[in-house]
Amino acid sequence: METIASVLTDTGWSPYAAGIGIGLLSWLSFLISGKPIATSTTFARAGGLIEEVIAGDKARQRPYYKKIKLQVNWQWMLVVGIVLGAFLSAIISGDFQVGVWVPSIWASAFGDSALLRVLVAAAGGIILGFGARFAGGCTSGHGISGTLQLAVSSWVSAIFFFVGGIITAHIIFHVIA
Amino acid sequence: METKKQVSEDKRPLFFGLGFGILFGFLLHKGGATQYDVILGQLLLTDFTVLKIMLSAVATGMIGIYFMKSMGWIKLSLKGGSVGMNVIGALIFGVGFAVLGYCPGTIAGAIGNGYLDAIVGGLVGILSGTWIFALMYPKLKDGILKMGDFGDITLPRLLKVNDWVVVVPVVALIVLLLFWIESTGL
Repeated sequence: METIASVLTDTGWSPYAAGIGIGLLSWLSFLISGKPIATSTTFARAGGLIEEVIAGDKARQRPYYKKIKLQVNWQWMLVVGIVLGAFLSAIISGDFQVGVWVPSIWASAFGDSALLRVLVAAAGGIILGFGARFAGGCTSGHGISGTLQLAVSSWVSAIFFFVGGIITAHIIFHVIA
Repeated sequence: METKKQVSEDKRPLFFGLGFGILFGFLLHKGGATQYDVILGQLLLTDFTVLKIMLSAVATGMIGIYFMKSMGWIKLSLKGGSVGMNVIGALIFGVGFAVLGYCPGTIAGAIGNGYLDAIVGGLVGILSGTWIFALMYPKLKDGILKMGDFGDITLPRLLKVNDWVVVVPVVALIVLLLFWIESTGL
């Protein structure tokens, strides 16, 4: 019989359990904090703060950083929490990955070179980070929080995230590979 | 004393943010969404885990959010948009999504899960990508980002109908779509 403890240490839950849980979390987030769950602006703030450390005050003068405000705020703590929550779940379910550089689907098509995978991941990250700020949100802010509010901007974004992603994934694995 | 109390009150939202993040990260990992293989499986249309998580979150969330809105307990927090942002920007995002194999939320989860390509490659890339956007923003903001501007409206406002006229069919469609995905065995 499953106990509460054994449920928490299960490696995987039904995607519906995880999804409904995230939906319930969005209720609490709106009710208690008055904010939707979103993540990508935090990466832009972190980028700006890094520029400030390296290059000094001129980072703060950039119009974009003035707009989003370079500070550690609610959403920043949310992103820190995601790292901790995933770590906690991975540890208690024995799924924490040690020394894994190359995911298996990638390895099956492109081999197990860590350098190649890291370079491609970095290139993908640049495109993703640029695109997230261009679109004004990501799979969390638009894809979940915006669509559940029925925002037009978010439904359009979510659809085109997947259009772009599906086409690109097929090119990578069925044309290039 | 006075100022100390004020500081601790100001910090309370940050603790809630951290707590919601921990729960979100926990659920993302439990659902499998912190794995490159699961995300690429979705984009290659061989594994529908990501869509199942997202659609069940959206359907659940929508019912509660619109109920709380109708009771006057909460206000919506909508993002403005335009064709330039939400078509072109989202397509760029999609390309990065497939090349990286994580998105901004799931990469935070993948880092917690220990995936090194996420930490060393992906995180550095995302930070750089947002910085490049910040450099280009003055040139983009009055041009392509404004192209086809449609503001921060909701579907019910666009269609000029009561919220529930949209919420009920959208939730029903999501449930039907999920049943259909299950029936195909994906």
